[in-house]
Amino acid sequence: MKNLLEIHDLSINFETREGTVHAVKNVSLSMQPGASLAIVGESGSGKSVTALSLTRLLPVPPAKYVSGDVFFEGQSIRRMNPDKLREVRGGGIAYIFQEPSTSLNPVYSIRSQIGEAIRLHRPEVTDVDAEIVRWLDAVGIVDPAKRMHDYPHQLSGGMQQRAMIAMALSCQPKLLVADEPTTALDVTIQAQILAELKRLRSEFGMGLILITHNFAIIRGLCERVAVMYRGEIVEYGETASILRSPQHPYTKALIACIPKLGSRSRRLQTIGEALPA
Amino acid sequence: MNTPTQDQPAVADSPVRRVLRDFFRKPIALISVFVIAVFCLTALITGLCALGGIYFPYDPNATDLANKLRPPSMAHWLGTDNLGRDVLTRMLNGSYVSLTVGFVAMTVSLLIGVVVGAVSGYFGGWIDNVLMRIVDALLCFPSFFLILTAVALLGPNIWIIIVVIGLLSWTGTSRLVRAEFLTLRETEYVRAARALGQRTPKIIFRHILPNAFAPIFVTAVVGIPEAILIEAGLSFINLGVQPPQATWGNIITDGKSYLLDAWWLIVFPGMAIFLAALAFYLAGDALREAADTRSERK
Repeated sequence: MKNLLEIHDLSINFETREGTVHAVKNVSLSMQPGASLAIVGESGSGKSVTALSLTRLLPVPPAKYVSGDVFFEGQSIRRMNPDKLREVRGGGIAYIFQEPSTSLNPVYSIRSQIGEAIRLHRPEVTDVDAEIVRWLDAVGIVDPAKRMHDYPHQLSGGMQQRAMIAMALSCQPKLLVADEPTTALDVTIQAQILAELKRLRSEFGMGLILITHNFAIIRGLCERVAVMYRGEIVEYGETASILRSPQHPYTKALIACIPKLGSRSRRLQTIGEALPA
Repeated sequence: MNTPTQDQPAVADSPVRRVLRDFFRKPIALISVFVIAVFCLTALITGLCALGGIYFPYDPNATDLANKLRPPSMAHWLGTDNLGRDVLTRMLNGSYVSLTVGFVAMTVSLLIGVVVGAVSGYFGGWIDNVLMRIVDALLCFPSFFLILTAVALLGPNIWIIIVVIGLLSWTGTSRLVRAEFLTLRETEYVRAARALGQRTPKIIFRHILPNAFAPIFVTAVVGIPEAILIEAGLSFINLGVQPPQATWGNIITDGKSYLLDAWWLIVFPGMAIFLAALAFYLAGDALREAADTRSERK
């Protein structure tokens, strides 16, 4: 069985006026179909850059692929021709971004935007509206037939994120990449969205890469985790065992930062040094 | 702010609808739109009648030297000119020329400006450089004189005038559109569209352009009186639409020698140009305000 995703020794630099930033250094990962992976790290650790590089979404003048490659279902992403790449984007690998309110185009209704996604990747669908209703319902939006005519500003943050998830899933991707999907939402909605992602995974069987700086949310959702620090993966393995006994000092520090209910110390743990942003 | 509840209004609240609602709430907008509508309707009706050979109340080209330079009266509401032609009829027949030049020239200029600005703003790099240097080159010359030269060389035919005005006034629009695109191409929803595998032309026209619509539309509205004024200016120096076809500009031209004796030859067409231009400018301003409040209130 072919691996769903393989990242081989990927290195990406950013050429800026102040010098070269080594955003991603020799990152290697692999995922089976249907697997779930969390990439955890602070801001600036290179996790978002790694995620965006999966379908060459990085703007190439500042970004530069120095070495390595990404293989999706055995095919090289770096060498893929533009038409095939556009098929993979959305149809093979779909994204959910951090800010749902700005990830949706403000001048089009939800129906229009999800419809666009469906028509792009599944032209065989004849009743697009029915599909839209089906997916809005699948992500837990109440009264989808009515809601789909709404514009993004008419939805709450949680609903916007659900709509984004619906848009991503309606293309029936094999891999869903969620880049800090709950960071912009309040804690109760956070829990709901994460539960939704878990349920959708088990229902539709797609792979999931969850990018976050918050170790606390990956338990129960992601089987494996890669901890990134300054562009490198410092620890990589099963979530359960890493949470139990982290090996790398950075991982230990990250886990220690998670506030625990019932702990008696008054000061929360922090990691001293700030990363280059 | 709208809080989503079960009893949402049946009609979805698009940003366009909200801008229009804010626009029509302003009294100045209502008045301006009314004036514009009156002018446009008059021009349309007169124009269509002219196509069918119907002129009212008089024949715009019928000279009546016995009645020349008559002040406004019951028979001639706006007086007669130096050849005895009825000023009101000539003004009506001038309206469709002036407004056609206004609308069509503005459309040409808008199309070029939007495409250049969009391509420049979206792609950046050397494309942006080349296009903006062309814009800079065009901006070295005062546009009226460029237009004047072109029309003098090519001949004062109405279509040549329209095309020349259109081809030489797009630079402002292109800069505006480019600025919008520079900002909008970095938005999350453009990134999301690209992540979905959308093609570049679709991203430009379907995703970014509608969001840049407010300044484009305002430029369009303001571009109409500018074209009308240019045409009037050209007519004033006999490089506009040629006699016997009347335009507001050439009625003034004919009348300028009789300024002291026959004020009505200058005042009426002058007021028409003034009112039309003012109405468009005020409407454009009100629209800009309506669009601005929209974006601030987020």
